[in-house]
Amino acid sequence: MSIKTTARQKETLKKVLRYLKKYRIYLVLSILMAAVTVALTLYVPKLTGKAVDLIVSKGNVDFPGVFRILIQIGVCIAVTALAQWIMSIFNNKMTYQIVRDIRNEAFQKIEILPLKYIDAHSYGEIVSRVIADVDQFADGLLMGFTQFFTGVATILGTLGFMLSINVGITLVVVLVTPLSFFVAGFIAKRTYTMFKLQSETRGEQTALIEEMIGNQKVVQAFGHEDEALEKFDEINERLEKCSLQAIFFSSMTNPATRFVNNLAYAGVCVTGALAAIQGRMTVGQLSCFLSYANQYTKPFNEISGVVTELQNAIACAGRIFDLIEETPQVPEKKDAVVLKDVQGNVSLSDVFFSYTPEQKLIEHFNLSVKPGQRVAIVGPTGCGKTTIINLLMRFYDVDSGNICVEGTDIREMTRKSLRAGYGMVLQDTWLKSGTIRENIVMGKPDATEEEILEAAKASHAHSFIKRLPNGYDTVISEDGGSLSQGQKQLLCITRVMLCRPPMLILDEATSSIDTRTELKIQNAFAKLMEGRTSFIVAHRLSTIREADVILVMKDGRIIEQGDHDSLLKKDGFYAQLYNSQFAV
Amino acid sequence: MKKLLVYLKSYRKETILAPLFKLLEASFELLVPLVVSAIIDTGIANQDNGYVVRMSMVLVAFGLIGLLCAVTAQYFAAKAAVGFSTQLRHALFSHIQSLSFTEMDTIGTSTLITRMTSDINQVQSGVNLVLRLFLRSPFIVFGAMIMAFTVDVKAALIFVVAIPLLSVVVFGIMLITMPLYKKVQAGLDKILGITRENLTGVRVIRAFNKEAEERERFEESNEALTALQKYVGKISGLMNPVTYIIVNGATIALIYTGAIRVDSGALTQGEVVALVNYMSQILVELVKLANLIITVTKAIACGNRIQNVLEIQSSMPDPAAEGKGKTVQKANAPAVVFDHVTLTYKGAGAPSLTDITFTANRGETIGIIGGTGSGKSSLVNLIPRFYDATEGAVLLNGVNVKEQGLESLREKVGVVLQKAVLFKGTIAENMRWGKKNASEPELWKALEIAQAREFVEQKDGLLNAPVEQGGKNLSGGQKQRLTIARALVRDPEILILDDSASALDFATDAKLRKSIREMESRPTVFIVSQRTSSIQYADKIIVLDDGKMAGIGTHDELLKTCPAYQEIYYSQFKKEEIG
Repeated sequence: MSIKTTARQKETLKKVLRYLKKYRIYLVLSILMAAVTVALTLYVPKLTGKAVDLIVSKGNVDFPGVFRILIQIGVCIAVTALAQWIMSIFNNKMTYQIVRDIRNEAFQKIEILPLKYIDAHSYGEIVSRVIADVDQFADGLLMGFTQFFTGVATILGTLGFMLSINVGITLVVVLVTPLSFFVAGFIAKRTYTMFKLQSETRGEQTALIEEMIGNQKVVQAFGHEDEALEKFDEINERLEKCSLQAIFFSSMTNPATRFVNNLAYAGVCVTGALAAIQGRMTVGQLSCFLSYANQYTKPFNEISGVVTELQNAIACAGRIFDLIEETPQVPEKKDAVVLKDVQGNVSLSDVFFSYTPEQKLIEHFNLSVKPGQRVAIVGPTGCGKTTIINLLMRFYDVDSGNICVEGTDIREMTRKSLRAGYGMVLQDTWLKSGTIRENIVMGKPDATEEEILEAAKASHAHSFIKRLPNGYDTVISEDGGSLSQGQKQLLCITRVMLCRPPMLILDEATSSIDTRTELKIQNAFAKLMEGRTSFIVAHRLSTIREADVILVMKDGRIIEQGDHDSLLKKDGFYAQLYNSQFAV
Repeated sequence: MKKLLVYLKSYRKETILAPLFKLLEASFELLVPLVVSAIIDTGIANQDNGYVVRMSMVLVAFGLIGLLCAVTAQYFAAKAAVGFSTQLRHALFSHIQSLSFTEMDTIGTSTLITRMTSDINQVQSGVNLVLRLFLRSPFIVFGAMIMAFTVDVKAALIFVVAIPLLSVVVFGIMLITMPLYKKVQAGLDKILGITRENLTGVRVIRAFNKEAEERERFEESNEALTALQKYVGKISGLMNPVTYIIVNGATIALIYTGAIRVDSGALTQGEVVALVNYMSQILVELVKLANLIITVTKAIACGNRIQNVLEIQSSMPDPAAEGKGKTVQKANAPAVVFDHVTLTYKGAGAPSLTDITFTANRGETIGIIGGTGSGKSSLVNLIPRFYDATEGAVLLNGVNVKEQGLESLREKVGVVLQKAVLFKGTIAENMRWGKKNASEPELWKALEIAQAREFVEQKDGLLNAPVEQGGKNLSGGQKQRLTIARALVRDPEILILDDSASALDFATDAKLRKSIREMESRPTVFIVSQRTSSIQYADKIIVLDDGKMAGIGTHDELLKTCPAYQEIYYSQFKKEEIG
């Protein structure tokens, strides 16, 4: 298991490096700057120590010597500061540009992912990969760049400087510090299960919160507030206990490692001072040794933090790459034709389709539609009406058989031209954030004001748009915000009215619109549909009575096919469905 | 944020002790340079090996005491922070439960969920950090300065110059970057929005061939965000180099002054080392402080957002809570009376209901029909007092709903909302929302009336069959029938079906209505529907048009007298078919 995960980590790391390649010049410069910074930062205490050695006692101060050293220190400081700043700029640039590249690539992927993938994953999950995971990855990367390099360089550098001063005392420091690693590791191992428990309990609580607050109206309607609070408190109490444990024990790391460092410090004091007494070391050397000892131990704490951060970042990167590497929809053929001059001839021959192999859905489906015909699809909820639309628009590909428009298999033509041939209004209304106008002209960006008004009037949307605060320029938030379901549907219909496509797909397009308005829109639709092939899904039978072909579906299968009168005569499922609306 | 601090009250002891122990630890840290200087000046100068060893033992002892103090401080801090957030979470949850529908509409549930979860977590770590570290850093900075004064007043003046300079730099950069970070967040929200939109609207976007445009829009926003991030990074990246220059510049000044003072005999070599050590302690603390301030400002921002929610008062006071709830009912009063009721939603320009007056007698079935947005749901929502009428009065059993205790009022009403909502648990648990101690036969009876018995009987575990969150494992029609059954379990005096049979086919819908009519308790039933067939046989039908009553009466009456009703009816049934 662990071998598997590390292999995966390596794989991910390789991919990260690929993105890094483009910016390797920054990486090289950044490492160089880190080296400069560390070297000079470490050199300063040595200079300070030298200066101290020149300040011995009353009347015994080498002023020119001190001056010379002070100037050296000044130069070092200036160069260090500059190098630090340049390093941070390069690191930022590198990190944020990699992040930008990854985000762009992820988004491009979203645009070409098969609907199958998008339908099967929750939006929140995909969004969190593009936003939260990438962010976490960026944090880890940045922290890695800035702290890991400098940390390692500092350790190596201090070690070198210490050795150059005194080998024996260096050994004292080197022997004591691994102890802090050990302590930190010990605590981390112990707290891991506590943190796991904490995040599980948190998850449990969040689920409850989402359920109860998300459905607050139902909670209040049933006077369930007290029970909800009781359940909440029970989880809350458990959370308090395990949070306290996790937080307290993990917060021991710092004091514990600091204590170990203090031991090292005291060790240097004893050995150093004794060496000084024996004359093997100067006071200045001791003072700078003490400062090195301090600096040597610090990066150990940071690096252990960075390592967990990096592991986390790599896990996040792994999730993003999963998305980026997801198989896209079947690419278009190189010689794909552009569908032109659509008359409205659509034929489905011997079509098989199912979302999952275990559950057969559409089998041996045949249908031939001539230009201008209206095809209605009816049946109980969840019977697969929408599936037909998914196939016609090529959101999904058929398993076998074929669908042809104007005699050409739709897999042989560009998606763009196929979809441009259809005007689609779905039950699940969707509006993008922006103005009403922007939403209406989606299918025809160059529409004139007259055309927009005409379309809006035809779909009876004009009167409510007019009454909005800024009319057609009213900004609506994501998914329509304050508009009612019916109003949203009217806007979606306007959108299609405007681009007058040769074929229409209406999936419960008027389900949230009252029958009176619907009747009025129907007239507009009727005008629009004149001479155009249209597919209509509805469960209000009044809307589909005039269709040329009615497909009656049940459990994913077409069980009856014909026009209204012939189906009624047949006295089958359709007749039963139709008559039930008159029942008591 | 300030008002949230009351939730720390029960942890007063911990809140005081945590920083106190932290300061104790810091004090011992501040003494270390003095000990080192003593080792140099006394131990080394006098060649006293014993003194050196003794003093080093003192250092170890200091470390040990420091460890103990730190651990104690961490414990108290963790306890106070976790306890604080637990109480805050409880308070917020119960506060949200007390808000009326009006407030829920304006705030939005997703906002509330964020407040309850990630915001509170942020505040918790903020409190924890403040208790542990926020006092410590300034204490060490100023402590180092004071210690420097005890060593040598003149040299210490360098600290007096350096520290304000450092504060100006640290806080200056903070002040500049803070609003920029907010902008970064906004930029991130924007690309999040675009991503979400492209997922929810994937079908429409592809149908209209908008992929390339959307990609351009995303890349544009992404580029803007990247530019902003790099810009902020450049500024905040100045923090370290500048503080480094100041601190080391001060060190140069220290050595220079030290050299002069030692030359004149006012200072010893060891004391110079001590001064330099204090300066480097300041540098270390400043770096910590800078990181801390970011976390704390974030926590404060979250805390303020939480406080805003807590400050929202329910616009619907509960008479029962004020001890005024009337439980008396007038025996012969009609079940529901609307007396010139007008309702204007908060922030809406025009009223949603205007001057509605009607009476529903006990046991009657009232149908409500009308166009999209004509106010059908608004009307029934007034009965269990989900919203308050802006003008006029709604009377239940002859008493104004505003004067009845909310809980006892809602107990009498069974509501089935448009959206079928079920909760994680079992079918029985969901059903018992209606009535806590309902027996199994009672549940089955309700299921039977709601036409749900058949499919529940086919489930593994029957009543104990699991229901996933949001009822995901059930079909739309099954969910609707279960929500209807849930309302029936409490055997309500008033039953409201708000377009809640939309997912049922006509036959099931008809059966459902029939079995409700045959219930022994004969509840007063309100049926909201767009289908005339669902309300055709009601005792009274209310026709709503743009929030006004366009007609009231039986089907036959309305068909003769009410043009709005005729229009609706004939849009669903062609004249000739009726004839």
